[in-house]
Amino acid sequence: MSPESGATALKRRQRRTTLVGWSFILPNFLGFAALTLIPVLATLLLAFTDWNSYSTPQWVGLENFRRMLDSDTFWVALSNTGWYAVGHIPLTLAASLGLAVLLNQKLRGVGFLRTAFFFPYVTSLVAVAVVWNMLLSPDLGPVNQLLKAVGVGHPPGWTTSTDWAMPAVVITSVWRDMGYYMVLYLAGLQAIPAELYEAARVDGAGPWQRFRHITVPALRPTTFFVLVMLTISSFKVFDLVQIMTEGGPGRSTLVLSQVIFREGIKQGRFGYSSAISLVLFVIVLTITVVQFRFQRRNER
Amino acid sequence: MNTSVLPEDSTTGGAARPLGGDGAGRSGPAARRRAVRLLGRVLLHAALIALAAAILVPFAWMLVSSVKRDSDVLTVPIQWIPEEFRWDNFTHIWTRIPLLTYLGNSLFLSVTITGLQVLTGSFAAYGFAKTRFPGRDALFLAYVSTIAVPWQAYMVPQYIIMERLGLVNTRLSLILLQAFGAFGVFLMRQYYLTIPDEISEAARLDGLSEYGIWARIVLPLSKPALAGLALLTFVNTWNDYMGPFIYLTDNELWTVQLGLRQFVGVYDSQYAMIMTGSVVSVLPILVVFLAGQRYFVQGIATSGMK
Repeated sequence: MSPESGATALKRRQRRTTLVGWSFILPNFLGFAALTLIPVLATLLLAFTDWNSYSTPQWVGLENFRRMLDSDTFWVALSNTGWYAVGHIPLTLAASLGLAVLLNQKLRGVGFLRTAFFFPYVTSLVAVAVVWNMLLSPDLGPVNQLLKAVGVGHPPGWTTSTDWAMPAVVITSVWRDMGYYMVLYLAGLQAIPAELYEAARVDGAGPWQRFRHITVPALRPTTFFVLVMLTISSFKVFDLVQIMTEGGPGRSTLVLSQVIFREGIKQGRFGYSSAISLVLFVIVLTITVVQFRFQRRNER
Repeated sequence: MNTSVLPEDSTTGGAARPLGGDGAGRSGPAARRRAVRLLGRVLLHAALIALAAAILVPFAWMLVSSVKRDSDVLTVPIQWIPEEFRWDNFTHIWTRIPLLTYLGNSLFLSVTITGLQVLTGSFAAYGFAKTRFPGRDALFLAYVSTIAVPWQAYMVPQYIIMERLGLVNTRLSLILLQAFGAFGVFLMRQYYLTIPDEISEAARLDGLSEYGIWARIVLPLSKPALAGLALLTFVNTWNDYMGPFIYLTDNELWTVQLGLRQFVGVYDSQYAMIMTGSVVSVLPILVVFLAGQRYFVQGIATSGMK
């Protein structure tokens, strides 16, 4: 065989494998490109245009961002979203880690217990929100009855109060989400070799020391993943707030994704809402990148 | 409380005794230690059961309230056993809202989206995991990075596209939006990477095409991952609120979630009926969840591996 024909044969084979590879990806890729990839890229462009549902797009540079920074609603929604994250992320992390550690032991009925903690996550959010709204109702709600019974004279008004509506949403969301992250932690815990604990026990390490010096470091990759997922989910919170409070009372639980929805889809201000979308995206991206950096430094 | 993650009793219980058995006088402290450990485990069990019960209280309350009179739902003190069981709440609810239509819509969307997601997702995942071509890894990176982009950040351009295509307020819009998710591709690829290449290599030598390898070897081997993805997608679609909320305006197209939310808004003092509707909306998912629990958990656990 001459070297040239060998080279063309190789090229032909390469082209064939490329075609085969693409043929596998294409059915999904067409949908993905049209409805995810292009919209993501479009947001980046639209944010710098003035475009309403009735006008033609016009490049306006940073005008949308200037308007956004002047907007009171934007700042309220941004800080509400931040407060939601500040409540939701650490509480869910702690609750799911604690549950996973407790439920990773050999216990009778451990399967049932895991299922019980996981069930809120698969339940429909509307049902969850409706039930919690009633549980938290100020006068006759079971939660406030319980609080009164243990001596709280004036229990919070929860979703009817501007101060307590956000905590009410956070409580409901932690209750719902902790089972999901518990499963991720259980998977992480089961990957830790039992010999590590055995060796530590021989060296005289107590339960707390074993937890601190073996469990926590070994779970670092899981914790990292959980943190990233929690961050993303916190900043895109919509359903729970929309169903429980619709952003109220007043604007006390209004979050960024509701503003994007109202401005972009309800009002048809495509350019302006894209600018807010971009801010949401940049926040999530920044936090994720910072977490990545932190994770890498810890590994070194 | 004991925070160790070790299966405490099985490993040390056996090993410690022969080691400590050298002195006869040791049996006293050893017995006490065993008693303390037993007490600890009893307390741990009790605490966990109490915690699980606390987590499930909202469900219990929902269930009990669904067969009450409206006036008995919010009372002081709470009635854990209704004064009067109103079983007919469960027959009335169907006439108060078109629940059957809503359930049908939810089922249609969930089944269609799950089917497409699993089919195209596993197919694409094979391309990413088992075939090699230039640009493959860059393309995969594009998939993975969009998982990290919140949907809210690009839902407006999506909506514009759907509007221009005339698909707003159709079921097709939701199907298209949710059937080609990057997450399914990612999850299936992670699983395919654990299948040794030697298996497909051998099949290739036997003359099987790449499509044959996907259909006859890789798919059957990945049943747990397929089941996990299917269950996650089904439950997520069934429970989705924001998608239908944005895209479906016609009452006949509504899903259970939209129907229930609307019902709550209009009849907000019919507490019992609202709880009845909630129970009906949760039951199908409870059945699906209990039937496929193992795969469900596996699917989530797989998504956490890197």
